[in-house]
This record gives sequence, C-alpha cells and structure tokens, in this order.
Amino acid sequence: MNQEEQVQLFGLWGSPFSKRVEMVLKLKGISYEYIEEDVYVKKSDLLLNYNPIHKKVPVLVHEGRSIAESLVIVEYIEDTWKTSYPMLPHDPYERSMARFWAKYVDDKVMLTLWKACWGPESEREKMVEEAYEGLKHLEEELGDKQFFGGETIGFVDIAADFIAYWFGIAQEASGVMIMTVEKFPKLQRWSQNFVGNSIIKEVLPPKQKLMALFKAQFGNNASN
Amino acid sequence: MASDQVKVIGAWASPFVMRPRIALNLKSVPYEFLQETFGSKSELLLKSNPVHKKIPVLLHADKPVCESNIIVEYVDETWSASGPSMLPSNPYDRAIARFWAAYIDEKLREKKKAVLAQVEEGTALLEKAFIDCSKGKPFFNGEHIGYLDIAFGCFLGWLRVTELAAGHKILDEAKTPSLSKWAEQFCNDPAVKPVMPETATLAEFAKKIFAKPRPKLTVVVDLCVEFLQE
Repeated sequence: MNQEEQVQLFGLWGSPFSKRVEMVLKLKGISYEYIEEDVYVKKSDLLLNYNPIHKKVPVLVHEGRSIAESLVIVEYIEDTWKTSYPMLPHDPYERSMARFWAKYVDDKVMLTLWKACWGPESEREKMVEEAYEGLKHLEEELGDKQFFGGETIGFVDIAADFIAYWFGIAQEASGVMIMTVEKFPKLQRWSQNFVGNSIIKEVLPPKQKLMALFKAQFGNNASN
Repeated sequence: MASDQVKVIGAWASPFVMRPRIALNLKSVPYEFLQETFGSKSELLLKSNPVHKKIPVLLHADKPVCESNIIVEYVDETWSASGPSMLPSNPYDRAIARFWAAYIDEKLREKKKAVLAQVEEGTALLEKAFIDCSKGKPFFNGEHIGYLDIAFGCFLGWLRVTELAAGHKILDEAKTPSLSKWAEQFCNDPAVKPVMPETATLAEFAKKIFAKPRPKLTVVVDLCVEFLQE
C-alpha cells in the first residue's frame, strides 16, 4: 500500500507550527503534497472541512482522515511511520521528559517570547522577565547536548523550532534583545546546529520574508 | 522494594491530580498519596517540579514526572503489561484521543470566566466526539476507561457542583445523552470511585475557599485554573 501518495499537509509558509510537521515529514523521508493555506486571507472549504474545530493549520490528511494540532500530528507520524528517524526515545521516562519539555515550550515559552517582543506595553516588563526564566530552564535542560534529543534532532527540538529560528528574527525586527550569546550560549549553539541541519534548513521560511512580515504586522518595539 | 516505589504528590480535590490516580488504579499499581496542604507548597513538590511548582507530580523510584496527561501516558507505557491499554492501538484513534484531551485543557486555560453558551458548545462537541471514539462501547477508549475518559472525566465532580450551584444541568439526558450515560459509568468505575470526592464534600470545600460568593457558572473553570491548576 503506497502510503506516501496519500499524505497531504495544509500549512502556512511562515508558521512555526506548520513547519514542525514539515520538518518531521522530511526527516522521516515521507513524501507528501503540500497545500498552502493563507489563513489570514481566506480559509479554503477543504481546510474548514478537515479542521472544523479550530479552523487552523497545520492539518495533516492521511488515507482520507484529518489530524490537527501540530504536536498531535507529530506523534501521529511517529506512531504511523515507526521505522525511520524516531522522534521520541524508547524509554517511558525519557519519553515523558520529552513530552514535558515540548509542552513547556508550546504552552508557556513561545507565548512569553512573543509577548516580550510585541505584547502590550503594560505587560512588557513582566513578559521579558518570564521570557528569561523560560529560556534559563531550557538552557539548563539542554546542557552540553547537541540537541534536546541528544545526538539527533528530536521531539523537543522540533517543538522549539520557533526559538531556534523565528525568535532571532523577531528580536531583530522588534529591537528587543533577550536571547543573547552571553546569556544563553548553549541555546545559541543549539539554534545554529538546528538551523544548520541540511534537512531543516530547506524547510525554514526565508529570513527576509519573515522579517518583512514581522515589521509590517508588528512594527518596531519603540513605536508600540 | 523502596527503589520502585510510586508516590503521587497532590490534593484530594484537584481534578488534575485525579488523572494519575485513576491511571494507577487502572493498572493496579499501589502508590503512596502525599497530600499537599492547601495554600502552601512542600519542599518535595518544589524540588520535584521546579519549573511549574504545581501538582500533580508522580515520583517513580524518586524520579519525578510532571503534567497530568503526560503522567497518564507514562503510567500506560511503564505498566503496559498490566491492565488494558489507555490509548487505542490505531494511530489515528490515538491522535483523536490526544486531540480532544488537548482541546479540553486548552479551553480551560482560555476561558477563565466560562459562559454557559461556551461550555455548552464544548459539551456538544464532546458528545459527538464520544459517539465517534466509543464506537458503541461504554467509554471514549472503548471497553475500558482510557486517556481521554480520564482527561475529561476528572472534572465531573466539579461539574456537578457547578450544576447544583447554577440550578442548570450542563450534561443531561436530553442534550448530551451519551455523555450523561458515560459520566455515570465513569464515576462508578472501581478505578475512579475511590478518588472522586462526593459532590457535597466538594461543594463544602468550594464554599470554604471562595471568600465571597462568585458567579456560579465560573466555579469549575476558575477553581481549576486558579487554585488547583497543575
């Protein structure tokens, strides 16, 4: 049964959530059809049909059935294509740790980093403080490992794609500097390893395009 | 043997804490329940969950696992040989269970002040999800209680408290017939009954911790998010 031909991904070029799924598909060598959904302009009927609850991307369609929520999709891919490039460790304790850190990045860190750059003025100071705290926990968890997953890119690295790539651009665009090499040398090293990976680098959206998008939508920190 | 000992740090009234306890019961794993004093955090809790400093925490041979749904999966994977699996074996069904569990927790985080219409929208969706997932069996997970049953069912005690306070049923035989039946079976299950407090006990507890009267319908959401949040 040729499973590859039946995989479709509805995504958005600039979305770190969408890119998580693409990264995993590519790392595992799974062929798929990519459909760009400009969700801010108009959502296609297909998308609304496949993700009626959240009406968001990414959505994976496999064998005619749809799955939504990027980390749920990643676990689905992991469960379905077991033999190539495991994203999660075998050991249940290590798996629970990976899920914990991925959730931490997804639920807490990403949002505070974003708000630290572009949140309302009144919240900014608190968000910057929380951003530092979040990054400190991650710096400590990473330690001297090449990736959060160890020697290879894993579940947490994928979940933290925003931190490895998008956040650097967001900092440049907003003028807010939080993740510096002085304060977070390990995370900086990790970001370079991550974006330098030959498969990951092909999936990442172009820097200039993201920069232009951020500047256009959110402007400079000073003017907010 | 002490090195394999299982402990759960938590509080009797917390729905999130109920999740790992139900899971351990389903797998017949004995554990020591370390009750936190309401209003303060023990040294052990702060040491075991330094990132969030919240309950529940599972300690297995002194190694901490945090985040209630993650603990449930850990229990399922670690004691896979005992008791039925808490997630379906089919990857798609597993994804659907994870999707709805994430949906439930997301809605709780988002809506600090739940409005009846929003809660009912959620329960209508879950009614349909139940029909799809259960495929005619008693639970979301099929014949036996599983991950999604636990993720949602842990709130049933507090949901009842809210219904009583509001004088309005959120799960009822007319609007959500399948969920109503499921709720009763869930609460009566031997793995759940010992850890699900009586509605009256929870209501008394709510009165004590809420200094002043609050809009009734927000009880479940506010309580979970503010006081007993993991």
